[in-house]
Amino acid sequence: MSILSIQEVSKFYGDYQALDSVSIEISKGSIFGLLGPNGAGKTSLIRIINQITGPDKGKVLFDGQNLSPEHISRIGYLPEERGLYPKMKVGEQIMYLARLKNLDKASAKKTIKDWFQRFEIESWWNKNVEELSKGMQQKVQFIATVIHQPDLLIFDEPFTGFDPINTNLIKSEIRRLRDEGATIIFSTHRMESVEEICDDIALINKSHKILEGPIKEVKKAHKSHNYIMEVKGDFKDTLPTGMTMKTNEFKDGISLLKVAIPDDNPTALIEKIISQHQLISFNEEIPSLNDIFIQKVQEV
Amino acid sequence: MNKIGLIIQREFSTRVRKKSFIIMTILGPILSVALFVLPAYLATLPGEEKVVLVLDKVHLMDNDRGKEGLKFEYLNPKNFDLVAAKEILKETGKYGLLYIPDGGNMDPDWIRKKATLYTEGDANLGTVNYIENRLASYIQLQKLKLENVDPEAVKRSRTVVNLNTINIEEKEEKASAAELKMGIGYVSGFMIYIFVFLYGAQIMRGVIEEKTSRIVEVMISSVKPFELMLGKILGLAGVALLQFLIWLIFGGLMYFLATTFILGDALDAANISQENAGNNDMMMGIINSIDSINFPAIIGSFLFFFIFGYLLYAALFAAIGSAVDKESDTQQFMLPISLPLIAAIIVLVTALDKPDGPIAFWFSMIPLTSPVVMMARIPFGVPVWEIVLSMSLLVITFLFTTWMAGKIYRIGILMYGKKPTFRELIKWIRYKG
Repeated sequence: MSILSIQEVSKFYGDYQALDSVSIEISKGSIFGLLGPNGAGKTSLIRIINQITGPDKGKVLFDGQNLSPEHISRIGYLPEERGLYPKMKVGEQIMYLARLKNLDKASAKKTIKDWFQRFEIESWWNKNVEELSKGMQQKVQFIATVIHQPDLLIFDEPFTGFDPINTNLIKSEIRRLRDEGATIIFSTHRMESVEEICDDIALINKSHKILEGPIKEVKKAHKSHNYIMEVKGDFKDTLPTGMTMKTNEFKDGISLLKVAIPDDNPTALIEKIISQHQLISFNEEIPSLNDIFIQKVQEV
Repeated sequence: MNKIGLIIQREFSTRVRKKSFIIMTILGPILSVALFVLPAYLATLPGEEKVVLVLDKVHLMDNDRGKEGLKFEYLNPKNFDLVAAKEILKETGKYGLLYIPDGGNMDPDWIRKKATLYTEGDANLGTVNYIENRLASYIQLQKLKLENVDPEAVKRSRTVVNLNTINIEEKEEKASAAELKMGIGYVSGFMIYIFVFLYGAQIMRGVIEEKTSRIVEVMISSVKPFELMLGKILGLAGVALLQFLIWLIFGGLMYFLATTFILGDALDAANISQENAGNNDMMMGIINSIDSINFPAIIGSFLFFFIFGYLLYAALFAAIGSAVDKESDTQQFMLPISLPLIAAIIVLVTALDKPDGPIAFWFSMIPLTSPVVMMARIPFGVPVWEIVLSMSLLVITFLFTTWMAGKIYRIGILMYGKKPTFRELIKWIRYKG
């Protein structure tokens, strides 16, 4: 079941087309990576989901219904450009943002207190935002994003500006939220930063969606059919039929081989190697999302 | 509570708690009272005394000693000519030299044309005026003598008339009070002008602050940009009204205290010394004329023009704030907003003089100037249809500018970097969705 169904959405800014009939399905309870270089149209799409702007063509369904203002309180959004009111107190600030998401005063206060305990920042309630360091402000901003327990969380460039400790804290909190039932969208141009955490992805380039699917399947579909192995000694044997040697480097008494196996059946090769050599490691070459992206862009 | 309510509440409470608001609110009345009291006080202080040498060849001036702060010292016309007198002026460093030449006869008009004041540097206007007045009265005296008129008789026959003016257009005949009405018109028009500028600029700064602190995108994922803009405008309207109210109460109190305790003695003394009780007449006149002023109408229309004038401009200021990244970029957009406001304050003076004149009429209809100019006319009584027309035009324009400003604001707050041109702003208004 999709929590968000984006159907043939186009968006124009004057003569410039930011999105060209983009369709994406995001299933409930997943972590979704919306990937693409800067200027691809990610932020335009996110702004449509947040109802900051509307699509010029196409439609967006939220939980099966046409996207409408009543859904705003079910969405949490951390924009790429972070910001808080510098002269407001931390507690008041989150309280204000929470109440704008339709939380009532009492439950907002209680939830904020819970989060402050979790992040061990109870003493910050009466501090002005401008007194906090960047790292501290990020925690506050994160709490403000998730405070109303939204069903859909959107993080635009989530890990830029976060230090490594905060990044790990935020990643584990995001996983926890997902386990509690929330759906997460990560939008980023730094694809390596979300590879390990995403279930599904969509690649966007120059206002077009060029690829979509579960990350495992995407990788499977784009695998190179290359296998990488380390063999003791200088490997000079002929390969079984159908296979071709891509590279063969001999260094410190170990050969590093990259072999193309088009039918993905390496049994014959492994048997051949272990009958005469000592096999140290054997791996399938898995393409990174970056590689896939570059490959896809070149195809188009 | 709905979202606009929350925004209004935040804008209001954060601003009212600011130190600058508290200081301005307390200082404002003190400063404005000081503005009235200080010049009066300074005027009583003795200034630097100026001495003007007089070379009076025809004894016209009758040894006039001048006044406090401006003394005349006479050079003996038998011992000095103009050249020598100028030397004396240079040597002594006195303020000036007044030369009244001798044309061989006592033709007053010849003297009038030839009398000359020599000074080092430019002569002070007040001094010139005073000397001209003195000369005029002495020359007039000479003319009376030539006509064989007794100057004493002229003095005795001098009469001052304070004409009672009654406005018969009003239902009951009441003493008209032009000065008081002018005062009310000026103060209320000026108040609107000041508040529009002060609070409009604050709105603009608030919007720029939201942009530069990058909170704005977080905000508009929760509320519509229009709601954010409206909340800010209304929140600040509340602050403005509160400040205005505090000033009114505080200022009234200060005025009361000042007049009773400080000036009170002086006024009493003045009253007693006036045998004719002319002052009392004047006081009675003011009290009578207060009756002739329709205060409910003035206060009601002041509140209306104050609020809608503010709202009209506030939306425009918000739109400007949204279009730029920093305050220094606002100038080119400020010009088209400042011009009508400044025009309004200039016309305000004309309108007070001729409340029914064509300039006053048209500028009190044009919505960008009407809040200020109409307030100048209202104390004098304005036909109901004119007020209704002016108010309706104002409200319609307010709705239109707010709609337009909302369109600019919605796009502007998400635009960073390049400063937009007017053409781009018009393009933004046309964007849909």
